Amino acid sequence: MTQTTPGGEGAQHPIKLYLVVWGGLFVLSTFSYLVDYFNLQGNLRWSLILLFMIMKAGLIVAIFMHMAWERLALIYAILTPPLLVLVFVGIMVFESDYTHLTRIIFFGAQS
Amino acid sequence: MTRPSLTSIRAIVPRPTGWQGVAGDWSSDQRAFKNVSWGKVMMWIFLLSDTFVFSCFLLSYMTVRISTTVPWPKPSEVFALTIGGKSIPLILIAIMTFVLISSSGTMAIAVNFGYRRYRVKTAIMMLATAAFGATFVGMQALEWTKLITEGVRPWGNPWGAVQFGSAFFLITGFHGAHVSIGVIFLIIVARKVWRGDFDRGARGFFTSRRGRYEIVEIMGLYWHFVDLVWVFIFAFFYLW
Repeated sequence: MTQTTPGGEGAQHPIKLYLVVWGGLFVLSTFSYLVDYFNLQGNLRWSLILLFMIMKAGLIVAIFMHMAWERLALIYAILTPPLLVLVFVGIMVFESDYTHLTRIIFFGAQS
Repeated sequence: MTRPSLTSIRAIVPRPTGWQGVAGDWSSDQRAFKNVSWGKVMMWIFLLSDTFVFSCFLLSYMTVRISTTVPWPKPSEVFALTIGGKSIPLILIAIMTFVLISSSGTMAIAVNFGYRRYRVKTAIMMLATAAFGATFVGMQALEWTKLITEGVRPWGNPWGAVQFGSAFFLITGFHGAHVSIGVIFLIIVARKVWRGDFDRGARGFFTSRRGRYEIVEIMGLYWHFVDLVWVFIFAFFYLW
């Protein structure tokens, strides 16, 4: 079936699947909004924000964008490069910490 | 809808899965992405490049926010709205998030209807998606207006670090542009679906090629990506 209908796997999923994912995204968004509403702070805040963000992104990519049903060759080709951006994030964290430090040393904290 | 020359061998020899499948697909000397049409692959690669664009924006935002010695304005207070005499933090952004997620939901259903060849239902769901998208852009315009009247500029704002304005306008502006282009793209495809172009195999005015319902899914990939980017902007810019 999937062999004869190019990319036609989408037709095999019941609409209910999409409605469930839709509901799930609503719930996750509500949770991440509540993190701000109840003004959670510190590590709890960051970890919850990241957790809900990753879960939402995962649901969208896997189900809505049908990535879960693609072949591994495409999944790796598309998902590996963005993960490598994390290296860039690491570099920039070091760099901006250094800039921050030099600003404090040479200009003094102006707050 | 069959592509005989490509499907004939496939039907006989089952392709391996897992890592063996990855190695096999890439080393086959034919095409790496076996059961994905060129249109979908090209959209995925475009989205990958767009991911890098947005990554760079969010990264530069992270860099200026970490390195500034001036306190960063609190998004929770900046984006609060007063409704019924009560200040509710971030409420407009939360509503925008729900609107965009709803548009993704209707888009996913439109893709599904497209593969079932429900001509009118597909077009209606796509137009609903476009309406949600337009609502989102409208609310963003409202938010921009509110911030601009409060004195936020790319070079300064009344609450703290000057980089807040430039990061805000750059990131949300670029995302809003993506949503706006998506709405236009959605309306064009929905019109084609509505007219039955993909049932009749009518040729496109630009490419002169016969369109297929697959364009609905390709359109859907773009639209879900816009929603995906918002998930990251919401987390890093508004909640952080």
